[in-house]
Amino acid sequence: MGNKHVNAIVVGAGAGGGIVAKELSVAGLSVVLFERGGWATYDDTDTDELKSQRTTPLGNAYGPDDLRYRRVIENTDGSTYTVLPSEGSYNNNAACVGSGTVSYGAMAWRFMQEDFKLKTTYGAIEGSTLADWPFTYEDLEPCYEKAEWEIGVAGDATQNPFGAPRKKPYPMPPFSHNKEAQLLYDAAKRLGYHPFPIPMLRNSIPYGGRPACIRMRTCCGYACPVNAKCGTQNTVIPVAIATGNCELRINSVVSEILVNEQGKITGVTYFDEKNRKQIQTADIVVVSCSATETARLLLNSKSKFFPNGIGNENDWVGRNLQGHAYTGAYGIFEDEVYDDLGPGASVAISDFNHHNPGIMGGGVLCNEFIRMPYSFTGIRPPGSASWGKEHKAFQRLNFKRVAQAVGPYQEIPNFEARVKVDPVVKDFWGIPVVRLSGSRHEKDIEGCKLMSEKAELWLKEAGAIQTWQSLGGGKGISGGQHQAGTCRMGNDPKTSVTDKFGRIHAVPNLFVADGSLNVNNGGFNPALTIMALGFRVGGYIASEWSKGNRFK
Amino acid sequence: MEKQTKLTRRHFIALSVLGAGGMCLLSRCSNPPLSPWRFITVQESDLLDALVEQIIPTDEWPGGRDAGVTNFIDMQLTGPYTRYQETYRKGLQAIQETCKTKFQKRFEELSFDQQTQFLKSMEAGKMEGKLWEKGFDRQFFRLIRDHSLQGFYGSPRHGGNKNNISYKMMRLDYPVIVGQNRYNN
Repeated sequence: MGNKHVNAIVVGAGAGGGIVAKELSVAGLSVVLFERGGWATYDDTDTDELKSQRTTPLGNAYGPDDLRYRRVIENTDGSTYTVLPSEGSYNNNAACVGSGTVSYGAMAWRFMQEDFKLKTTYGAIEGSTLADWPFTYEDLEPCYEKAEWEIGVAGDATQNPFGAPRKKPYPMPPFSHNKEAQLLYDAAKRLGYHPFPIPMLRNSIPYGGRPACIRMRTCCGYACPVNAKCGTQNTVIPVAIATGNCELRINSVVSEILVNEQGKITGVTYFDEKNRKQIQTADIVVVSCSATETARLLLNSKSKFFPNGIGNENDWVGRNLQGHAYTGAYGIFEDEVYDDLGPGASVAISDFNHHNPGIMGGGVLCNEFIRMPYSFTGIRPPGSASWGKEHKAFQRLNFKRVAQAVGPYQEIPNFEARVKVDPVVKDFWGIPVVRLSGSRHEKDIEGCKLMSEKAELWLKEAGAIQTWQSLGGGKGISGGQHQAGTCRMGNDPKTSVTDKFGRIHAVPNLFVADGSLNVNNGGFNPALTIMALGFRVGGYIASEWSKGNRFK
Repeated sequence: MEKQTKLTRRHFIALSVLGAGGMCLLSRCSNPPLSPWRFITVQESDLLDALVEQIIPTDEWPGGRDAGVTNFIDMQLTGPYTRYQETYRKGLQAIQETCKTKFQKRFEELSFDQQTQFLKSMEAGKMEGKLWEKGFDRQFFRLIRDHSLQGFYGSPRHGGNKNNISYKMMRLDYPVIVGQNRYNN
């Protein structure tokens, strides 16, 4: 039995796709929302540290699984090796309804005004594809506001003097600081910095028909047992389904975007939950699979019109892959700083986002999410034993005495950091897999050093008796859960993949709505920006549709 | 004391399997000696007990052996770590063969300090001979270390961290009673 034609297909029910599906179905379009995973619940893996989304030795809690998925990593010498989703170099994002928003740390950052015009702010950088976004922060501001109010954010923007201008406050009050965050808050004040509570996509009070947070120690990397964490799976996706216009099709893996004899997009092929190959047709297709998988789908969609993959006439699909270089420092305190008030991260300083002499960008510094016992086994001052009596004693003595100040350093975009498809390795369904290659820009390390030094000083001021740096930004592939940049927006089709509304330049009815669009990735966790882009792309399509535009 | 109890239990299981008329209830029973484990042999389990005890030694708190870390590793070797079966079989054999050549003893018969020195050589990549070529010493050591730490500090649902022992040692309350113990800010 064939599938009924719909107005729009959205591929991927994550931060971007869930929002687009809601915007379109509320506007009256018929929508099929594809998700390769299923519904995830807390009970699947509860507080299991070995199978969470943050530490994954025994697999990813919320997918993808090690049985059916593979990727290939290309070394700088051209040699390759195959990796599983539970291995770090896979650069995984979750595969479930809501995707990463089920299990993320839920920091709700707006990028700053400078982040939308990095090239104007810093000038050209050698070896970088640095560019301004095709619109300003002010253009995206209403979409940030929608994300904050429709998904739900707790915070107090008045405490952050560096935050970009905004029209409305957050819908929920901020969270209280835990013990280590309070120590760092006071220390930051003494140092003349400007500490403030991290805005969080998490209920500080009952909101959206869901209860307030119960401060679990397992939060970042885990689903919430009381549904207090705000993702697309418990906000916009249920709204989309409730319109009656949106069908969520789970456990369905989209393999190719279909092109007809006129070069127009007609739909997708996918493997359904019983692994049968099927076709779904639509007037519009929106791809929201995250920076790695969106690029893969476009590159795997080859036809006589698009011999190198859709949108790839100028070889820009999959380029400029970025994540974040995480950099900071650890400190051991004389007294215990752990009070078991989750999720841990609650204080931030934005003093080092931009305006650091000699450094492009910078990043926000925060206290870190609670480290669970196994993760803590890797946290030791340089030169310490990694096993044996001394290691065990450290674990016992210092688990409640160590704090980390750390943050996402904004990476310098570069053309050679990229997603390709592997010519040989295929996944369970026979679809060619992602092949990652290239490396961070060599100058990233300089910015990371600066941030790590600042983090170390901050911890010392807070009372740490021993500190050491956890330096990020070294050579290697960057992507991870913050992956971005592979289908960048721009006004010039020669140096970008989509226009300023996420539409593939050469194709009238194909859009991208996820972190792939990011021209650069900010010195912040990108989830709220991806959500804002979802509102921007979805809102644009819905408004054009209501005017009679059928994107032909 | 703990160790003796455990061996007794193993022998008990082995005997009861024999008592079932020698039926092939376990995958390894065609190859003596009969093992109550999922993947490892009885001899390998003795060696693994010694190895995990080196990674997390008993002090005022139980160590890797009594926390069931061997059980964790065995369980994972027929689950998510099936891909490491060959490495374990080869690595455990290499340790025993090296011990036999050097000390005319099995690894678990060496003194605790001798065992520590042995593992330090593996960790540093200083093992000699064909068995340890291409950095296999370092690679296998890292595997044992990481898996032992996972078994001791990870969730008890995977066969280690018996009685939440590492959580107790680190003074983390478990199990978490959702909704009852953390509404107070």
